[in-house]
Amino acid sequence: MSESVKLSFPVLADDFSHAGEASGSLKRTLKKLGIDMEVIRRVSIAVYEGEINMVIHADGGVIDAEISAESIEVWLRDKGPGIKDVELAMQEGYSTARDHIRALGFGAGMGLPNIKKYTDEMSIETEIGVGTTVYLKVNIT
Amino acid sequence: MTVSDVKQILNAEYIWGEELESTEIYSACGSDMMSDVLAYVKDQSVLLTGLVNPQVVRTAEMMDMRCIVFVRGKEPDAAIISLAEDRGIVLMKTQLRMFTACGLLYENGLKGGETADV
Ligand SMILES: Nc1ncnc2c1ncn2[C@@H]1O[C@H](COP(=O)(O)OP(=O)(O)OP(=O)(O)O)[C@@H](O)[C@H]1O
Ligand SMILES: [Mg+2]
Repeated sequence: MSESVKLSFPVLADDFSHAGEASGSLKRTLKKLGIDMEVIRRVSIAVYEGEINMVIHADGGVIDAEISAESIEVWLRDKGPGIKDVELAMQEGYSTARDHIRALGFGAGMGLPNIKKYTDEMSIETEIGVGTTVYLKVNIT
Repeated sequence: MTVSDVKQILNAEYIWGEELESTEIYSACGSDMMSDVLAYVKDQSVLLTGLVNPQVVRTAEMMDMRCIVFVRGKEPDAAIISLAEDRGIVLMKTQLRMFTACGLLYENGLKGGETADV
């Protein structure tokens, strides 16, 4: 790949049954580009966690990805409520999800820690009442 | 162990994917919380869960898992089945409860891929 590939996926929040579709599309595109399976898996899991968060904690948004020969970078942007205490949100087991979300299989408080675990770089920009952007990067070695 | 062995050990029924029964399974993970599942990547895994929604299939897809076993006789709907078909992930169901299903697979040599000192 000489030039980088840019992709964009909308994330809708009105129907939970669609949550994860953007990550699935991204994963299939990365496979077609012939990227290493382990790299694909790490990116996919991280983006999937971020996408689910956009659906259950915010109101959907947009996922942008940029794939170059060196790395895969992803921005998950939402216009949701924002995160009050990012350090706390990053702790394993911390979740504000209520029972109806837990009944869907989410709300273990493991999503953001998982994103950190599977990526080479991660950062969160957030403002209360404005929204959240999660940035992540996985190096292709 | 193969998908077919998993089916036999759990006295399970195929919902979809019998033609993939010779697929090798190297590890297993049992949980109703998807982020718990997403925390531990192992190759060629089977997922045991009591949760029934499309995110179970998507979680398995992200992890490159080969097979999902619904415990306690849980039945996925048509949308879930067609998603699994499209992704090539075997679905089966067993009447067993989670603890028993995991225990039987463990007893037959399938491990979680973790050690006690992690
Ligand atoms: N995009 C977001 N907008 C607003 N709040 C968020 C967002 N992402 C995460 N949070 C907050 O951070 C907390 C921790 O997120 P994390 O993904 O680690 O856990 P969770 O989503 O609650 O559970 P799990 O990911 O295990 O299903 C959430 O409970 C929520 O309060
Ligand atoms: Mg989460």
